[in-house]
Amino acid sequence: MTDAITAAPKAPIDWSTIVRRLLKPVVFTISCLPVLWLGWLALNNGLGANPIEKLIRYNGDWALRFLLIGLAVTPIRLVTGWTEIARVRRMLGLFAFFYVCLHLSAYVGLDRFFDWRAIWADILKRVYITVGMGAFLTLIPLAITSTAGMVKRMGAKNWRRMHRVIYFTTIAAIIHYIMMLKAGYQEPALYGAILAVLLAIRAVKKWP
Amino acid sequence: MLIRVKQKSDVASHEITPQSVYLNRRAMIAGTGLIAGSALLAAPRAHAALQKGPGVNTPLANVKEGYRKLGEKDAITPYDAASSYNNFYEFGTGKDDPAANSGKFKPLPWSVKVDGLCNNGGTFALEDFIKPHQLEERIYRLRCVEAWSMVIPWIGVSLADVVKRSDPQGSAKYLQFETVVRPEEMSGQRSKFILPWPYVEGLRMDEAMNPLAILVTGMYGEAVPNQNGAPLRLMAPWKYGFKNIKSIVRISFVEKQPENTWKVTNPGEYGFYANVNPKVDHPRWTQASERRIGDFLRRDTLMFNGYEEEVASLYAGMDLKRNY
Repeated sequence: MTDAITAAPKAPIDWSTIVRRLLKPVVFTISCLPVLWLGWLALNNGLGANPIEKLIRYNGDWALRFLLIGLAVTPIRLVTGWTEIARVRRMLGLFAFFYVCLHLSAYVGLDRFFDWRAIWADILKRVYITVGMGAFLTLIPLAITSTAGMVKRMGAKNWRRMHRVIYFTTIAAIIHYIMMLKAGYQEPALYGAILAVLLAIRAVKKWP
Repeated sequence: MLIRVKQKSDVASHEITPQSVYLNRRAMIAGTGLIAGSALLAAPRAHAALQKGPGVNTPLANVKEGYRKLGEKDAITPYDAASSYNNFYEFGTGKDDPAANSGKFKPLPWSVKVDGLCNNGGTFALEDFIKPHQLEERIYRLRCVEAWSMVIPWIGVSLADVVKRSDPQGSAKYLQFETVVRPEEMSGQRSKFILPWPYVEGLRMDEAMNPLAILVTGMYGEAVPNQNGAPLRLMAPWKYGFKNIKSIVRISFVEKQPENTWKVTNPGEYGFYANVNPKVDHPRWTQASERRIGDFLRRDTLMFNGYEEEVASLYAGMDLKRNY
């Protein structure tokens, strides 16, 4: 950035360089805001009467939102032609994984307090937990193979094929959300609609 | 004076959280780095004297000390928690929604219609409806179907007395309650996708006549806040929270079992009786344990929410797995 600024008096501002250098740090900072806000709430008695439930729901909401934001990268690239944005896709996927981990650890460590028998019973008996746990498990190999070295080792084609699992993960996450609710399905319906639009854009743009 | 009788439903000493764990609960929670300093965890111990109000709503006068049999671990839930964490879908489906969205609701003036199979029905102003009866403070456990619970000092009148005054006819087998419909004041009612309005609940006549059932007009020494069901709500403490219908405008004596809202909405998960029962799970979550609001660890749920002695006879011979 300093180069761009010192060069400014002579040449016109090199916007593409600025955007390229700032894109990742800016997206990273924005992606940290939900957990920073949560920390601020926690330190200021802002989590309400049932803080454990709040932690689980809040992180679950953001995990699903980051799955959708990550899935929006390619459609945005296809529609706008802005290829640079593809560089933040991995980071957004890993943020989804990060919020999923917070969501799951709040359930295991706080709600169930490491009562493995009760957790296992939940996974077997409660279909929404079965679905949610399944969605989590599909994310683990994706997170492990997210490095550039792994892409190389697997081959781009295999890697892409494997990472298509993310569609099923996201659909499972929305089903997990719907099944958890008692009434008032507007929010998961909105997420489902967003996912449908994102998939439709891919379908239209990739198979003309 | 409070005489504590040992009951079958009491928590056995081996089930009680070790004192060291209990005393360290805040350190444990603070150790997560996320819930540090939650003031709601500091709950006062339950005591026998009438509760002093928090000074938020109109204080209620001429209140007598009523039922207050509590277990050793039943500390009264702080007012802030009881009035900020609510299920009242008429104001939205989030737990914070009722407190946030009920400011516009006008609980007074209020009238209650009593109709159906009774000889002394009519439409009553709330004051006239309550006046013939003795206001009592009753401290009850409240167990939500979502597996959280509180201990709340309610103020209300005996439902059995109200039933008797209405002079039911012999054919009246059930009591049906209805919540007010005011979409202009209740934002949740503007959505058709939440629940069918009005909210309807019901009790079998012998359940309504049980001494534990009350019609509530206050809590914590004051008029009941909007978000908790002002100005008149039901409290049958051996049933899950959703049975305890809020902002009641109509009480009908009927012959057929009322079609209560949650049962109509999702018959596979909610029945008519909705008795607290640790042995009958909700299809999507266990009912064997619950989190008392303010506690870190879960505790075992008691049969009939700990009121087995008072209400079990109502259901003698009934298959509670089927009649959930």
